[in-house]
Amino acid sequence: MTEITDLTLNEIVTNIKKKKISSTEVTKSFVERSEKSKKLNVYITENFSSAIEQAKKFDENPNYELKLPGIPIAVKDLFCTDGIKTTAGSKILNNFIPTYESTVTQNIWDQGGILLGKLNCDEFAMGSSNETSFFGNVQNPIGENLVPGGSSGGSSAALAANLTPVTIGTDTGGSIRQPASFTGTVGLKPTYGSCSRFGIVAFASSLDQAGPMTKNVKDCATLLEVISSFDKKDSTSIDFKRNNYSSELTKNIKGKKIGIPKEYRVDGMPLEIESLWSKGIEYIKNCGAEIIDISLPHTKYALPTYYIVAPAEASSNLARYDGVKYGFRSLGENLIDMYEKTRSEGFGEEVKRRIMIGTYVLSSGYYDAYYLKAQKVRQLIKKDFDDAYKKVDAILTPSTPSSAFKIAEKTNDPVSMYLNDIFTVPVNLAGLPGISLPAGVDKNGYPLGLQIIGKPFDEQSILNIAYSMEEKINFKNKITNWWM
Amino acid sequence: MTIDLKTVKHISKLARISVDEEKANKLAGDLNSIFTFIEKLNELNTSDVQPLTSIAETTLRFRKDEIKSENIREKILKNSPENNEDFFVVPKVVE
Repeated sequence: MTEITDLTLNEIVTNIKKKKISSTEVTKSFVERSEKSKKLNVYITENFSSAIEQAKKFDENPNYELKLPGIPIAVKDLFCTDGIKTTAGSKILNNFIPTYESTVTQNIWDQGGILLGKLNCDEFAMGSSNETSFFGNVQNPIGENLVPGGSSGGSSAALAANLTPVTIGTDTGGSIRQPASFTGTVGLKPTYGSCSRFGIVAFASSLDQAGPMTKNVKDCATLLEVISSFDKKDSTSIDFKRNNYSSELTKNIKGKKIGIPKEYRVDGMPLEIESLWSKGIEYIKNCGAEIIDISLPHTKYALPTYYIVAPAEASSNLARYDGVKYGFRSLGENLIDMYEKTRSEGFGEEVKRRIMIGTYVLSSGYYDAYYLKAQKVRQLIKKDFDDAYKKVDAILTPSTPSSAFKIAEKTNDPVSMYLNDIFTVPVNLAGLPGISLPAGVDKNGYPLGLQIIGKPFDEQSILNIAYSMEEKINFKNKITNWWM
Repeated sequence: MTIDLKTVKHISKLARISVDEEKANKLAGDLNSIFTFIEKLNELNTSDVQPLTSIAETTLRFRKDEIKSENIREKILKNSPENNEDFFVVPKVVE
Protein backbone atom coordinates (compact mmCIF):
# COMPACT_ATOMS: atom_id res chain seq x y z
CA MET A 1 0.00 0.00 0.00
CA THR A 2 1.26 3.47 -0.82
CA GLU A 3 1.79 5.63 2.21
CA ILE A 4 1.09 9.37 2.08
CA THR A 5 4.79 9.97 2.72
CA ASP A 6 5.71 8.06 -0.48
CA LEU A 7 3.74 10.50 -2.63
CA THR A 8 5.20 13.36 -4.64
CA LEU A 9 4.27 16.95 -3.86
CA ASN A 10 1.98 17.17 -6.89
CA GLU A 11 0.20 13.94 -5.90
CA ILE A 12 -0.38 15.23 -2.38
CA VAL A 13 -1.63 18.59 -3.68
CA THR A 14 -4.06 16.83 -6.04
CA ASN A 15 -5.36 14.61 -3.23
CA ILE A 16 -5.82 17.57 -0.90
CA LYS A 17 -7.63 19.57 -3.58
CA LYS A 18 -9.92 16.60 -4.29
CA LYS A 19 -10.52 16.40 -0.51
CA LYS A 20 -9.33 12.80 -0.47
CA ILE A 21 -6.88 13.61 2.29
CA SER A 22 -6.62 16.51 4.70
CA SER A 23 -3.65 18.68 5.52
CA THR A 24 -3.81 17.28 9.06
CA GLU A 25 -3.51 13.70 7.81
CA VAL A 26 -0.60 14.64 5.56
CA THR A 27 1.19 16.58 8.27
CA LYS A 28 0.69 13.82 10.86
CA SER A 29 2.06 11.23 8.43
CA PHE A 30 5.29 13.17 7.91
CA VAL A 31 5.59 13.93 11.62
CA GLU A 32 5.09 10.26 12.58
CA ARG A 33 7.66 9.09 10.07
CA SER A 34 10.07 11.81 11.21
CA GLU A 35 9.63 10.68 14.83
CA LYS A 36 10.73 7.17 13.80
CA SER A 37 13.72 8.53 11.88
CA LYS A 38 15.73 10.30 14.58
CA LYS A 39 18.73 8.12 13.75
CA LEU A 40 19.21 10.03 10.51
CA ASN A 41 19.74 13.26 12.53
CA VAL A 42 18.13 15.42 9.85
CA TYR A 43 16.39 17.90 12.15
CA ILE A 44 18.11 20.61 14.14
CA THR A 45 14.78 22.09 15.26
CA GLU A 46 11.45 20.28 15.07
CA ASN A 47 8.22 22.23 14.66
CA PHE A 48 5.94 19.20 14.72
CA SER A 49 3.15 20.11 17.14
CA SER A 50 2.86 23.62 15.77
CA ALA A 51 2.75 22.18 12.23
CA ILE A 52 -0.16 19.90 13.16
CA GLU A 53 -1.97 22.87 14.74
CA GLN A 54 -1.50 24.90 11.57
CA ALA A 55 -2.68 21.97 9.43
CA LYS A 56 -5.86 21.75 11.52
CA LYS A 57 -6.42 25.46 10.99
CA PHE A 58 -5.92 25.01 7.25
CA ASP A 59 -8.50 22.20 7.18
CA GLU A 60 -11.04 24.32 9.07
CA ASN A 61 -10.76 27.04 6.47
CA PRO A 62 -9.05 25.55 3.40
CA ASN A 63 -7.90 27.57 0.41
CA TYR A 64 -7.45 25.24 -2.55
CA GLU A 65 -6.34 28.04 -4.86
CA LEU A 66 -2.89 28.01 -3.26
CA LYS A 67 0.03 26.19 -4.85
CA LEU A 68 1.00 24.45 -1.60
CA PRO A 69 -2.40 24.00 0.11
CA GLY A 70 -1.63 22.89 3.67
CA ILE A 71 1.59 21.14 2.63
CA PRO A 72 4.09 20.53 5.46
CA ILE A 73 7.65 21.38 4.42
CA ALA A 74 10.94 21.16 6.32
CA VAL A 75 13.62 23.66 5.27
CA LYS A 76 17.39 23.98 5.57
CA ASP A 77 18.39 25.71 8.79
CA LEU A 78 20.06 28.49 6.82
CA PHE A 79 16.73 30.25 6.17
CA CYS A 80 15.73 32.68 8.92
CA THR A 81 12.31 31.85 10.31
CA ASP A 82 10.55 34.45 12.43
CA GLY A 83 10.37 33.26 16.05
CA ILE A 84 11.98 29.88 15.31
CA LYS A 85 15.61 29.15 16.09
CA THR A 86 17.92 29.40 13.08
CA THR A 87 21.45 28.07 13.58
CA ALA A 88 23.13 27.70 10.16
CA GLY A 89 24.54 24.48 11.69
CA SER A 90 26.79 26.56 13.96
CA LYS A 91 27.40 26.80 17.69
CA ILE A 92 27.75 30.55 17.25
CA LEU A 93 24.04 30.81 16.29
CA ASN A 94 22.83 28.04 18.60
CA ASN A 95 20.58 30.45 20.51
CA PHE A 96 19.59 32.75 17.64
CA ILE A 97 15.86 33.36 17.16
CA PRO A 98 15.25 35.60 14.12
CA THR A 99 12.72 38.41 14.38
CA TYR A 100 12.12 38.34 10.63
CA GLU A 101 11.38 35.79 7.90
CA SER A 102 13.44 35.03 4.79
CA THR A 103 11.69 35.98 1.55
CA VAL A 104 11.98 32.45 0.14
CA THR A 105 10.31 30.82 3.16
CA GLN A 106 7.71 33.62 3.31
CA ASN A 107 6.84 32.80 -0.33
CA ILE A 108 6.27 29.18 0.72
CA TRP A 109 4.01 30.09 3.67
CA ASP A 110 2.10 32.57 1.47
CA GLN A 111 1.23 29.67 -0.83
CA GLY A 112 -0.08 27.53 2.05
CA GLY A 113 3.10 25.72 3.10
CA ILE A 114 3.51 24.77 6.77
CA LEU A 115 6.91 24.62 8.50
CA LEU A 116 7.73 21.08 9.70
CA GLY A 117 11.15 21.96 11.05
CA LYS A 118 14.66 23.17 10.36
CA LEU A 119 17.07 20.78 8.71
CA ASN A 120 20.70 20.01 9.47
CA CYS A 121 23.43 21.40 7.20
CA ASP A 122 27.15 21.98 7.10
CA GLU A 123 28.17 24.90 9.31
CA PHE A 124 27.40 28.12 7.41
CA ALA A 125 26.90 25.85 4.36
CA MET A 126 30.64 25.17 4.23
CA GLY A 127 31.07 21.51 3.44
CA SER A 128 30.18 18.73 1.02
CA SER A 129 29.20 15.98 3.46
CA ASN A 130 27.24 17.61 6.32
CA GLU A 131 30.12 16.64 8.61
CA THR A 132 31.01 20.23 9.59
CA SER A 133 27.65 20.76 11.34
CA PHE A 134 27.83 21.56 15.07
CA PHE A 135 24.76 19.32 15.38
CA GLY A 136 26.48 16.19 14.10
CA ASN A 137 26.53 14.02 10.98
CA VAL A 138 23.47 13.25 8.95
CA GLN A 139 22.97 9.68 7.73
CA ASN A 140 22.15 9.13 4.07
CA PRO A 141 18.94 7.04 3.85
CA ILE A 142 20.56 5.22 0.91
CA GLY A 143 22.88 3.32 3.27
CA GLU A 144 24.24 3.35 6.82
CA ASN A 145 27.29 5.54 7.51
CA LEU A 146 27.13 7.15 4.10
CA VAL A 147 27.20 10.94 3.90
CA PRO A 148 24.10 12.61 2.42
CA GLY A 149 26.24 15.20 0.63
CA GLY A 150 26.39 18.81 1.64
CA SER A 151 25.95 21.41 2.54
CA SER A 152 22.18 20.79 2.20
CA GLY A 153 22.65 17.28 3.65
CA GLY A 154 19.76 17.37 6.13
CA SER A 155 17.52 18.52 3.28
CA SER A 156 18.59 15.78 0.85
CA ALA A 157 18.39 13.07 3.53
CA ALA A 158 14.97 14.21 4.81
CA LEU A 159 13.63 14.27 1.26
CA ALA A 160 15.03 10.87 0.22
CA ALA A 161 13.80 9.33 3.49
CA ASN A 162 10.27 10.66 2.81
CA LEU A 163 10.26 12.90 5.89
CA THR A 164 9.16 15.95 3.89
CA PRO A 165 7.38 16.04 0.51
CA VAL A 166 9.81 18.64 -0.87
CA THR A 167 12.44 20.89 0.68
CA ILE A 168 14.66 23.84 -0.07
CA GLY A 169 18.40 24.18 0.15
CA THR A 170 21.01 26.74 -0.76
CA ASP A 171 23.80 26.28 -3.28
CA THR A 172 27.05 28.26 -3.22
CA GLY A 173 29.29 25.73 -5.00
CA GLY A 174 27.06 22.68 -5.39
CA SER A 175 25.28 22.46 -2.04
CA ILE A 176 21.93 21.58 -3.62
CA ARG A 177 23.03 19.55 -6.64
CA GLN A 178 25.70 17.39 -4.97
CA PRO A 179 23.48 16.19 -2.08
CA ALA A 180 20.65 15.62 -4.58
CA SER A 181 23.01 13.44 -6.61
CA PHE A 182 24.10 11.53 -3.46
CA THR A 183 20.52 10.74 -2.43
CA GLY A 184 18.78 10.00 -5.73
CA THR A 185 16.73 13.18 -5.71
CA VAL A 186 16.28 16.26 -7.90
CA GLY A 187 17.93 19.56 -6.97
CA LEU A 188 17.98 22.86 -8.83
CA LYS A 189 20.19 25.89 -8.37
CA PRO A 190 18.47 28.85 -10.03
CA THR A 191 20.15 31.68 -11.93
CA TYR A 192 21.86 34.15 -9.60
CA GLY A 193 19.25 36.79 -8.78
CA SER A 194 16.25 34.51 -9.26
CA CYS A 195 15.52 33.70 -5.61
CA SER A 196 15.89 36.40 -2.99
CA ARG A 197 18.81 36.08 -0.59
CA PHE A 198 17.01 38.19 2.03
CA GLY A 199 16.98 36.35 5.34
CA ILE A 200 19.34 33.57 4.26
CA VAL A 201 22.40 33.33 6.48
CA ALA A 202 25.09 34.62 4.13
CA PHE A 203 28.10 32.55 3.09
CA ALA A 204 29.44 33.95 -0.21
CA SER A 205 27.07 36.64 -1.43
CA SER A 206 28.04 36.62 -5.12
CA LEU A 207 27.47 32.85 -5.33
CA ASP A 208 24.66 31.95 -2.88
CA GLN A 209 21.28 30.93 -4.30
CA ALA A 210 18.32 29.12 -2.75
CA GLY A 211 16.64 26.39 -4.73
CA PRO A 212 14.14 23.50 -4.69
CA MET A 213 14.98 19.90 -3.76
CA THR A 214 12.32 17.41 -4.78
CA LYS A 215 11.52 13.82 -5.68
CA ASN A 216 10.85 14.55 -9.34
CA VAL A 217 11.14 17.26 -11.97
CA LYS A 218 7.49 18.31 -11.89
CA ASP A 219 7.65 19.01 -8.15
CA CYS A 220 10.85 20.94 -8.80
CA ALA A 221 9.07 23.19 -11.31
CA THR A 222 6.18 23.72 -8.88
CA LEU A 223 8.41 24.68 -5.97
CA LEU A 224 10.66 26.92 -8.10
CA GLU A 225 7.55 28.79 -9.20
CA VAL A 226 6.72 29.45 -5.54
CA ILE A 227 10.15 30.53 -4.31
CA SER A 228 11.47 32.55 -7.26
CA SER A 229 10.46 36.19 -6.97
CA PHE A 230 11.80 39.70 -7.41
CA ASP A 231 12.54 41.19 -4.00
CA LYS A 232 13.48 44.79 -3.24
CA LYS A 233 15.05 43.64 0.01
CA ASP A 234 17.86 41.90 -1.93
CA SER A 235 19.87 44.40 -3.97
CA THR A 236 21.01 41.64 -6.36
CA SER A 237 17.51 40.26 -6.93
CA ILE A 238 16.67 40.54 -10.62
CA ASP A 239 13.36 41.76 -11.98
CA PHE A 240 12.82 39.42 -14.94
CA LYS A 241 9.69 37.76 -16.21
CA ARG A 242 9.45 34.43 -14.43
CA ASN A 243 7.75 31.54 -16.19
CA ASN A 244 4.91 29.48 -14.79
CA TYR A 245 7.48 26.72 -14.63
CA SER A 246 5.08 23.87 -13.81
CA SER A 247 2.36 24.66 -16.34
CA GLU A 248 4.90 25.39 -19.07
CA LEU A 249 6.71 22.12 -18.41
CA THR A 250 6.97 20.00 -21.57
CA LYS A 251 8.73 16.82 -22.64
CA ASN A 252 9.12 18.17 -26.14
CA ILE A 253 12.78 19.11 -26.51
CA LYS A 254 13.06 18.34 -30.22
CA GLY A 255 15.72 20.43 -31.88
CA LYS A 256 17.29 21.63 -28.65
CA LYS A 257 21.07 21.73 -28.86
CA ILE A 258 22.87 20.15 -25.91
CA GLY A 259 26.57 20.75 -25.37
CA ILE A 260 28.98 18.11 -24.04
CA PRO A 261 32.09 19.79 -22.59
CA LYS A 262 35.19 17.67 -23.07
CA GLU A 263 36.94 19.26 -20.06
CA TYR A 264 34.51 17.52 -17.70
CA ARG A 265 36.20 14.20 -18.47
CA VAL A 266 38.53 14.55 -15.49
CA ASP A 267 41.39 12.25 -14.51
CA GLY A 268 40.42 9.50 -12.13
CA MET A 269 36.71 9.80 -12.81
CA PRO A 270 35.13 6.37 -12.17
CA LEU A 271 34.14 4.44 -15.28
CA GLU A 272 30.56 4.16 -14.10
CA ILE A 273 30.20 7.96 -14.16
CA GLU A 274 31.70 8.06 -17.63
CA SER A 275 29.17 5.45 -18.79
CA LEU A 276 26.31 7.21 -16.97
CA TRP A 277 27.18 10.35 -18.91
CA SER A 278 27.22 8.40 -22.21
CA LYS A 279 23.81 6.94 -21.33
CA GLY A 280 22.56 10.45 -20.62
CA ILE A 281 23.71 11.53 -24.05
CA GLU A 282 21.77 8.62 -25.61
CA TYR A 283 18.64 9.52 -23.62
CA ILE A 284 18.85 13.11 -24.84
CA LYS A 285 19.27 11.97 -28.44
CA ASN A 286 16.25 9.69 -28.04
CA CYS A 287 14.27 12.72 -26.87
CA GLY A 288 15.01 14.40 -30.18
CA ALA A 289 17.68 16.85 -29.07
CA GLU A 290 20.94 17.38 -30.86
CA ILE A 291 24.31 16.69 -29.21
CA ILE A 292 27.16 19.12 -29.87
CA ASP A 293 30.73 18.79 -28.56
CA ILE A 294 31.86 21.99 -26.87
CA SER A 295 34.85 23.26 -24.95
CA LEU A 296 34.91 25.10 -21.62
CA PRO A 297 38.69 25.58 -21.54
CA HIS A 298 38.99 27.18 -18.10
CA THR A 299 37.09 24.47 -16.23
CA LYS A 300 40.17 23.27 -14.34
CA TYR A 301 40.63 26.73 -12.85
CA ALA A 302 37.10 26.89 -11.42
CA LEU A 303 37.83 25.20 -8.08
CA PRO A 304 40.97 27.25 -7.28
CA THR A 305 39.02 30.39 -8.23
CA TYR A 306 36.13 29.34 -6.03
CA TYR A 307 38.45 28.68 -3.09
CA ILE A 308 39.60 32.29 -3.24
CA VAL A 309 36.30 34.04 -4.01
CA ALA A 310 34.06 32.08 -1.61
CA PRO A 311 36.33 32.28 1.48
CA ALA A 312 37.05 35.97 0.79
CA GLU A 313 33.33 36.76 0.79
CA ALA A 314 32.78 34.46 3.76
CA SER A 315 35.46 36.16 5.83
CA SER A 316 33.68 39.48 5.29
CA ASN A 317 30.18 38.09 5.85
CA LEU A 318 31.15 36.23 9.01
CA ALA A 319 32.82 39.28 10.55
CA ARG A 320 29.39 40.08 12.02
CA TYR A 321 29.63 37.18 14.50
CA ASP A 322 31.40 39.05 17.25
CA GLY A 323 29.48 38.06 20.37
CA VAL A 324 27.85 41.49 20.66
CA LYS A 325 24.63 41.69 18.65
CA TYR A 326 23.47 38.08 18.67
CA GLY A 327 24.68 34.54 19.08
CA PHE A 328 27.21 32.89 21.33
CA ARG A 329 29.57 34.99 23.46
CA SER A 330 32.64 33.82 25.33
CA LEU A 331 33.87 35.95 28.20
CA GLY A 332 37.11 37.82 27.65
CA GLU A 333 39.41 40.06 29.61
CA ASN A 334 38.69 42.94 27.26
CA LEU A 335 36.77 43.61 24.05
CA ILE A 336 39.36 42.18 21.65
CA ASP A 337 39.90 39.13 23.83
CA MET A 338 36.12 38.60 23.92
CA TYR A 339 35.93 38.79 20.09
CA GLU A 340 38.80 36.36 19.63
CA LYS A 341 37.54 33.81 22.16
CA THR A 342 33.95 34.05 20.94
CA ARG A 343 34.96 33.37 17.33
CA SER A 344 37.50 30.71 18.25
CA GLU A 345 35.00 28.77 20.38
CA GLY A 346 31.89 29.58 18.33
CA PHE A 347 33.10 28.55 14.87
CA GLY A 348 34.04 25.02 13.84
CA GLU A 349 37.34 24.03 12.20
CA GLU A 350 36.25 24.22 8.53
CA VAL A 351 34.64 27.63 9.00
CA LYS A 352 37.74 28.96 10.75
CA ARG A 353 39.92 27.54 7.98
CA ARG A 354 37.89 29.36 5.35
CA ILE A 355 37.79 32.63 7.28
CA MET A 356 41.58 32.40 7.53
CA ILE A 357 41.95 31.76 3.77
CA GLY A 358 39.62 34.66 3.04
CA THR A 359 41.36 37.01 5.44
CA TYR A 360 44.72 36.12 3.92
CA VAL A 361 43.70 36.60 0.26
CA LEU A 362 42.15 39.96 1.08
CA SER A 363 45.02 41.15 3.27
CA SER A 364 47.35 43.97 2.34
CA GLY A 365 49.97 42.87 -0.18
CA TYR A 366 48.10 39.73 -1.26
CA TYR A 367 44.86 41.16 -2.62
CA ASP A 368 46.10 41.53 -6.22
CA ALA A 369 47.89 38.20 -6.28
CA TYR A 370 44.89 36.22 -5.09
CA TYR A 371 41.54 37.97 -4.97
CA LEU A 372 41.93 40.17 -8.07
CA LYS A 373 43.49 37.26 -9.95
CA ALA A 374 40.52 35.06 -9.04
CA GLN A 375 38.04 37.70 -10.18
CA LYS A 376 39.81 37.83 -13.53
CA VAL A 377 39.78 34.07 -13.94
CA ARG A 378 36.11 34.11 -12.95
CA GLN A 379 35.56 36.39 -15.94
CA LEU A 380 37.26 33.83 -18.20
CA ILE A 381 35.13 31.02 -16.79
CA LYS A 382 31.98 33.03 -17.43
CA LYS A 383 33.16 33.83 -20.95
CA ASP A 384 33.63 30.09 -21.64
CA PHE A 385 29.92 29.63 -20.96
CA ASP A 386 28.92 32.76 -22.93
CA ASP A 387 30.81 31.39 -25.95
CA ALA A 388 29.32 27.92 -25.56
CA TYR A 389 25.78 29.33 -25.39
CA LYS A 390 26.22 30.85 -28.85
CA LYS A 391 26.13 27.24 -30.09
CA VAL A 392 23.99 25.34 -27.60
CA ASP A 393 20.86 25.74 -25.49
CA ALA A 394 22.07 23.75 -22.50
CA ILE A 395 25.00 21.64 -21.29
CA LEU A 396 25.00 18.08 -19.95
CA THR A 397 27.62 16.90 -17.43
CA PRO A 398 27.82 14.49 -14.48
CA SER A 399 26.74 16.14 -11.20
CA THR A 400 29.58 14.78 -9.10
CA PRO A 401 32.83 12.87 -9.67
CA SER A 402 31.73 10.06 -7.31
CA SER A 403 28.73 8.61 -5.50
CA ALA A 404 28.13 9.11 -1.75
CA PHE A 405 31.20 8.27 0.32
CA LYS A 406 31.55 6.97 3.87
CA ILE A 407 31.30 9.26 6.89
CA ALA A 408 34.82 10.37 7.99
CA GLU A 409 36.38 9.17 4.71
CA LYS A 410 37.47 12.64 3.59
CA THR A 411 37.44 14.79 6.71
CA ASN A 412 41.21 14.87 7.13
CA ASP A 413 41.97 16.18 3.66
CA PRO A 414 40.25 19.49 2.85
CA VAL A 415 41.37 19.50 -0.79
CA SER A 416 39.97 16.02 -1.52
CA MET A 417 36.68 17.18 0.02
CA TYR A 418 36.70 20.30 -2.18
CA LEU A 419 37.12 18.16 -5.34
CA ASN A 420 33.55 16.91 -4.81
CA ASP A 421 32.29 20.16 -6.26
CA ILE A 422 34.40 20.10 -9.41
CA PHE A 423 31.38 19.90 -11.78
CA THR A 424 29.06 22.18 -9.85
CA VAL A 425 31.31 25.12 -8.88
CA PRO A 426 31.73 26.57 -12.42
CA VAL A 427 27.95 27.02 -12.58
CA ASN A 428 27.92 29.22 -9.47
CA LEU A 429 30.92 31.22 -10.65
CA ALA A 430 29.07 31.99 -13.89
CA GLY A 431 25.74 32.61 -12.11
CA LEU A 432 23.90 30.03 -14.23
CA PRO A 433 20.99 27.71 -13.45
CA GLY A 434 21.78 24.01 -13.02
CA ILE A 435 19.74 20.95 -12.15
CA SER A 436 20.87 17.54 -10.89
CA LEU A 437 18.72 14.63 -11.99
CA PRO A 438 19.09 11.08 -10.63
CA ALA A 439 20.20 8.97 -13.59
CA GLY A 440 21.56 5.66 -12.37
CA VAL A 441 23.47 3.81 -9.67
CA ASP A 442 27.05 2.71 -9.15
CA LYS A 443 28.28 -0.83 -8.40
CA ASN A 444 27.14 -0.48 -4.77
CA GLY A 445 23.69 0.63 -5.81
CA TYR A 446 24.34 4.24 -4.71
CA PRO A 447 22.64 6.93 -6.82
CA LEU A 448 24.46 9.03 -9.41
CA GLY A 449 23.21 12.26 -10.93
CA LEU A 450 23.50 14.09 -14.22
CA GLN A 451 23.63 17.86 -14.31
CA ILE A 452 21.98 20.06 -16.92
CA ILE A 453 23.31 23.62 -17.02
CA GLY A 454 21.21 26.34 -18.65
CA LYS A 455 21.48 29.85 -20.00
CA PRO A 456 20.87 32.64 -17.50
CA PHE A 457 17.13 32.88 -16.62
CA ASP A 458 16.34 29.81 -18.74
CA GLU A 459 15.31 27.49 -15.91
CA GLN A 460 12.40 26.38 -18.08
CA SER A 461 14.68 24.73 -20.66
CA ILE A 462 16.70 22.74 -18.12
CA LEU A 463 13.49 21.68 -16.39
CA ASN A 464 12.06 20.55 -19.74
CA ILE A 465 15.20 18.62 -20.67
CA ALA A 466 15.27 16.99 -17.23
CA TYR A 467 11.55 16.22 -17.51
CA SER A 468 11.94 14.43 -20.83
CA MET A 469 15.07 12.55 -19.67
CA GLU A 470 13.39 11.56 -16.39
CA GLU A 471 10.77 9.55 -18.25
CA LYS A 472 13.42 7.69 -20.26
CA ILE A 473 15.71 7.07 -17.28
CA ASN A 474 12.83 5.90 -15.06
CA PHE A 475 15.01 6.04 -11.93
CA LYS A 476 13.58 4.49 -8.75
CA ASN A 477 15.25 5.28 -5.44
CA LYS A 478 15.79 2.22 -3.24
CA ILE A 479 15.05 3.19 0.34
CA THR A 480 15.01 0.21 2.71
CA ASN A 481 14.12 2.03 5.95
CA TRP A 482 17.27 0.49 7.48
CA TRP A 483 17.28 3.12 10.24
CA MET A 484 13.85 2.18 11.64
CA MET B 1 55.06 30.05 -1.38
CA THR B 2 54.64 28.62 2.07
CA ILE B 3 52.57 29.87 4.94
CA ASP B 4 54.58 29.69 8.14
CA LEU B 5 53.49 29.75 11.75
CA LYS B 6 54.13 33.47 12.04
CA THR B 7 51.82 34.18 9.07
CA VAL B 8 49.10 31.95 10.54
CA LYS B 9 49.26 33.91 13.79
CA HIS B 10 49.14 37.20 11.90
CA ILE B 11 46.05 36.11 9.92
CA SER B 12 44.37 34.86 13.08
CA LYS B 13 44.86 38.31 14.62
CA LEU B 14 43.34 39.96 11.55
CA ALA B 15 40.43 37.50 11.59
CA ARG B 16 39.93 37.93 15.36
CA ILE B 17 40.13 34.20 15.95
CA SER B 18 42.49 33.04 18.67
CA VAL B 19 44.51 29.91 17.87
CA ASP B 20 46.79 27.96 20.16
CA GLU B 21 50.16 26.57 19.08
CA GLU B 22 48.84 23.10 18.17
CA LYS B 23 45.94 24.47 16.11
CA ALA B 24 48.24 26.98 14.42
CA ASN B 25 50.53 24.17 13.28
CA LYS B 26 47.64 22.17 11.89
CA LEU B 27 46.24 25.27 10.17
CA ALA B 28 49.61 26.04 8.58
CA GLY B 29 49.64 22.54 7.06
CA ASP B 30 46.03 22.80 5.81
CA LEU B 31 46.51 26.29 4.40
CA ASN B 32 49.67 25.26 2.58
CA SER B 33 47.94 22.37 0.84
CA ILE B 34 45.01 24.63 -0.08
CA PHE B 35 47.27 27.40 -1.41
CA THR B 36 49.33 24.92 -3.44
CA PHE B 37 46.04 23.97 -5.06
CA ILE B 38 45.00 27.62 -5.52
CA GLU B 39 48.27 28.63 -7.12
CA LYS B 40 47.34 26.75 -10.28
CA LEU B 41 45.80 30.09 -11.30
CA ASN B 42 49.28 31.52 -11.84
CA GLU B 43 49.56 29.42 -15.02
CA LEU B 44 47.12 31.83 -16.63
CA ASN B 45 48.08 35.19 -18.07
CA THR B 46 45.25 37.52 -17.09
CA SER B 47 46.88 40.90 -17.72
CA ASP B 48 44.25 41.85 -20.34
CA VAL B 49 41.24 40.49 -18.46
CA GLN B 50 38.75 42.68 -16.63
CA PRO B 51 37.90 41.34 -13.16
CA LEU B 52 34.36 40.07 -12.77
CA THR B 53 32.96 42.10 -9.90
CA SER B 54 29.26 41.39 -10.28
CA ILE B 55 27.65 38.35 -11.83
CA ALA B 56 24.24 39.97 -12.11
CA GLU B 57 24.41 42.33 -15.06
CA THR B 58 22.30 45.02 -13.54
CA THR B 59 23.08 48.34 -11.97
CA LEU B 60 22.16 48.78 -8.35
CA ARG B 61 18.74 50.31 -7.86
CA PHE B 62 18.15 53.59 -6.13
CA ARG B 63 15.48 53.89 -3.52
CA LYS B 64 14.04 56.69 -1.45
CA ASP B 65 15.81 57.30 1.82
CA GLU B 66 12.90 56.65 4.11
CA ILE B 67 12.21 54.83 7.35
CA LYS B 68 10.59 51.44 6.74
CA SER B 69 10.64 49.99 10.22
CA GLU B 70 10.05 51.89 13.42
CA ASN B 71 10.27 51.05 17.10
CA ILE B 72 12.22 47.86 16.62
CA ARG B 73 14.71 48.45 19.43
CA GLU B 74 13.38 45.49 21.35
CA LYS B 75 13.62 43.22 18.32
CA ILE B 76 17.17 44.29 17.62
CA LEU B 77 18.31 43.76 21.19
CA LYS B 78 16.37 40.53 21.66
CA ASN B 79 19.18 38.20 20.60
CA SER B 80 22.10 40.03 22.15
CA PRO B 81 24.12 38.04 24.72
CA GLU B 82 24.06 41.05 27.06
CA ASN B 83 22.08 44.29 26.96
CA ASN B 84 20.76 46.82 29.41
CA GLU B 85 17.44 47.25 27.55
CA ASP B 86 18.70 50.27 25.64
CA PHE B 87 22.16 49.25 24.40
CA PHE B 88 24.38 46.32 23.55
CA VAL B 89 26.81 45.73 26.39
CA VAL B 90 30.47 44.92 25.74
CA PRO B 91 33.48 44.58 28.06
CA LYS B 92 34.82 47.93 29.21
CA VAL B 93 36.83 49.67 26.47
CA VAL B 94 37.71 52.96 28.15
CA GLU B 95 39.82 52.87 31.29
